[in-house]
Amino acid sequence: MGEKAEPQMKKISPFSLVMIFITVVLSVFALLLGLATYESQDSAALSYMLIGFIGLAISAYLLLQTKRKPLQVAFEMPRVITTILCQKCGFKNIRDFQRGDYIFKEAEPCPKCNEKMMIASIYREVKEKGEERLG
Amino acid sequence: MIPQVSQLFPGGDNIVALIFQLIFTALFVAFIFYGQRIQMYVMLREVESRLLQLKLMRDEGRKMAIATIKEIGKPNEDPTERVDRFLEYIAITPQSMDPTGIVWKLEHVLDVRDIRFKDEAKLMAPEADEVQLNNLENTLEAALALNIIYKVIRHFYLLGKKTLSLYIIMQLQMVLPLIMREAEAFASALKAFAIGQPIGDGAGALVAAKLMHGHEKRRIAKDIVVATVPLEGRIAHVLKSEGPGGNVGKPGDGIRRIIEETEGKIAAIVMIDAALKLEGEKPGDVAEGVGAAIGGPGIDQFKIEESVLKYKIPVNAVIVKEDIGDAVSPMRKEIFDAADTVIQRIKRLILERTKKGDSIIIAGIGNTIGIGQ
Repeated sequence: MGEKAEPQMKKISPFSLVMIFITVVLSVFALLLGLATYESQDSAALSYMLIGFIGLAISAYLLLQTKRKPLQVAFEMPRVITTILCQKCGFKNIRDFQRGDYIFKEAEPCPKCNEKMMIASIYREVKEKGEERLG
Repeated sequence: MIPQVSQLFPGGDNIVALIFQLIFTALFVAFIFYGQRIQMYVMLREVESRLLQLKLMRDEGRKMAIATIKEIGKPNEDPTERVDRFLEYIAITPQSMDPTGIVWKLEHVLDVRDIRFKDEAKLMAPEADEVQLNNLENTLEAALALNIIYKVIRHFYLLGKKTLSLYIIMQLQMVLPLIMREAEAFASALKAFAIGQPIGDGAGALVAAKLMHGHEKRRIAKDIVVATVPLEGRIAHVLKSEGPGGNVGKPGDGIRRIIEETEGKIAAIVMIDAALKLEGEKPGDVAEGVGAAIGGPGIDQFKIEESVLKYKIPVNAVIVKEDIGDAVSPMRKEIFDAADTVIQRIKRLILERTKKGDSIIIAGIGNTIGIGQ
């Protein structure tokens, strides 16, 4: 139970990496230029710095995009519970599902009254993520 | 700078401002001419990423089917080639230019397909028993569905890429979220089928099983069992597909035969089935209505409607709501618990709509995998 398929990592293309690297270099250059011209009271200083920050933000975003969620397949198996019930004394045995289990299958004798028990339920429990306001 | 040129690019003599103005203008012009193409490439990338996910699901489904065959069937030879051949199976629907009699033609095609699938499963897994064979057949069908979804999406993706048609790519991109949901549902169904867990679609079968448990059963149609159960002073003919293997049977034939056996003396039919819920509704909610509650290609619904029309028998429907993912994945607790609510509803319904001593039919529809009787 709880099995998961091996996720495959997204490959980052060398072209994307080169583009990100160039953007970072140019942004840093623009920032330095902005700082240098700021002291000389040049009106372009703020533009340089703005461009530098935007460039850095774009490269960070691109980098995050390329590294974003690895490809995963929806083979995650939920925990399935089997309940074995004694019809006579009401004794309950709850365990994980095993291959071959089915509802109304006769199971092992009851440890309390030695009567044959039966699989009364097989289900999975799902925890809802949150109440929907429009529900 | 030449004054006339500098007027085009405000910013005076500042060379950096000029460069950025030029870049901005170039981008503006590029977007005018190539905007649609850029948008198309963005959409293609998105489709490609989803397609890759579908491929992973398809491959995982194939691997799971092969592993299950090896585990339960103990075949003498490697089943991979046979599984690959199975995943490419097609069923050609009958010609509908003259629709008269198309139901029977379709039924015949589906019967042949079913027999073929069962034979294939037997050949692949010679050591498997009847229940395991039914489960294996369901597993293979889920893998087949994943393969078809992947191939169809790949077809339109490549077609869109080849023709650079925005409209093909756009339609594909728009419909993909819904297709992904369906594919994910099949992916989660695979494991449930492989190990024989009850699924959400079995809600109807579970209700019937609870009603007929402990009573004598007999086979009344292909893969359909019936038990005569006293219920609130009425005689209830409770039927379901034969479990615990993955099976839907032919409930249409079962209902028709009971009606014929009783010469139409049936006061009411109650059909219980799982039905797709609307977004916002809770899984396991129960609703009532009239009509034949049964899905599939429509053959069984047609047969039931024909039979009840002949004797003017009222058909009541009780449905358990769930989404497509819940329908084919292991049964949720809410859906399991809904079975008791449905039984209460059936009792109330027959008390209100029938008289003491009447004969009624209660049909639990759905895949009975993991549910005995």
